[in-house]
Amino acid sequence: MMPNWRALALSGLLLGGAPFAAAKSPSAGLPSAGPPTAAFHAMEMHDADFARDFRLRDAEGKVRALADWRGKVVLLFFGYVQCPDVCPTTLLRAARAVRLLGEAGKQVQVLFVTLDPERDTPPVLKEYAPAFHPGFLGLYTTPEATKTLARDFRVFYRKRPGRTPGSYSIDHSVHSYVYDRQGRLRLSVDHAETAEALAEDLSRLLQGE
Amino acid sequence: MRRFSRSLFAVLAFYAPLAAAQVMVEDPWVRATVPGQTATGAFLRLTTLTPARLVAAKSPLTATVELHDMKIEAGVMRMQAIDEIPLTPNAATELKPGGRHIMLMDLNRSLAVGNKVPLTLVVEMPDGKRQEYALEAEVRALDHEAGSAPAHGK
Repeated sequence: MMPNWRALALSGLLLGGAPFAAAKSPSAGLPSAGPPTAAFHAMEMHDADFARDFRLRDAEGKVRALADWRGKVVLLFFGYVQCPDVCPTTLLRAARAVRLLGEAGKQVQVLFVTLDPERDTPPVLKEYAPAFHPGFLGLYTTPEATKTLARDFRVFYRKRPGRTPGSYSIDHSVHSYVYDRQGRLRLSVDHAETAEALAEDLSRLLQGE
Repeated sequence: MRRFSRSLFAVLAFYAPLAAAQVMVEDPWVRATVPGQTATGAFLRLTTLTPARLVAAKSPLTATVELHDMKIEAGVMRMQAIDEIPLTPNAATELKPGGRHIMLMDLNRSLAVGNKVPLTLVVEMPDGKRQEYALEAEVRALDHEAGSAPAHGK
């Protein structure tokens, strides 16, 4: 994989005064195998002109925007509660990554945005996201606004009718977005990424890379 | 293969009623739901001694139980109902997160960890005869990972 020179230059600048700059030296403290590389595990996003912000409601009905978590690293995932598989797996990975970070994990906010607001009502969201980690938050908006939001965030989803009106499933994108402490979209994380790799990426963003 | 045969034999001996019908079910579990959640997945390993097909599943908890296939293609999870799951003799067919599974839908109550979910598997034999196998699947935590024992979080 080619290192991203622009990201390298940028992180070099930002790391000047970072307290964990030592961890930047290749392979220092990183138990994972593989060649030393400055690239993130996840796909890096630069100056994306999409997925910049949102206006959603949390389970309490409060309007939330990305800026609410400025200063934290934010992981954003779109899914639906009835999802048997990818959504629990992705949230489980996020929970494991946050726990791997220990105390620093408190500086990571995981947000679950439902693509199924008809079924994922506030009471359901309130129970679901925290079942993976007490700090996780479920967010929703109207079905119409969900469509617009998904388009703006380049998240694909489509209802697949079931045998009964309530038993539809939803095909959907499986990547997660990660924003740095300044609220800039930085990473698109593939579903196949491990919790360990995600934790390393989050840790680097927390250190100001 | 030898090792597999031995373990198969052991389990068959244990599940005597199933052994007679040449279908072995291992480690059935259902993912817990939160209140208001009306669908979840059931997972298990199935081994038969003859070629067969899993053609349906039933549960007294809901009238809507489907066999589903799940694939991730080009970054998109696609799920769809399928009519059957072929069972290769003497090889465990895994219904697990990330692949084919049983979907319980239109549930009218939530499933808590430790609950038992009655399931009936309908297996069609090569001669076209259908046999039903009743079992109980254990409800495991929402954040349970496939392949890990229920008591261990890892």
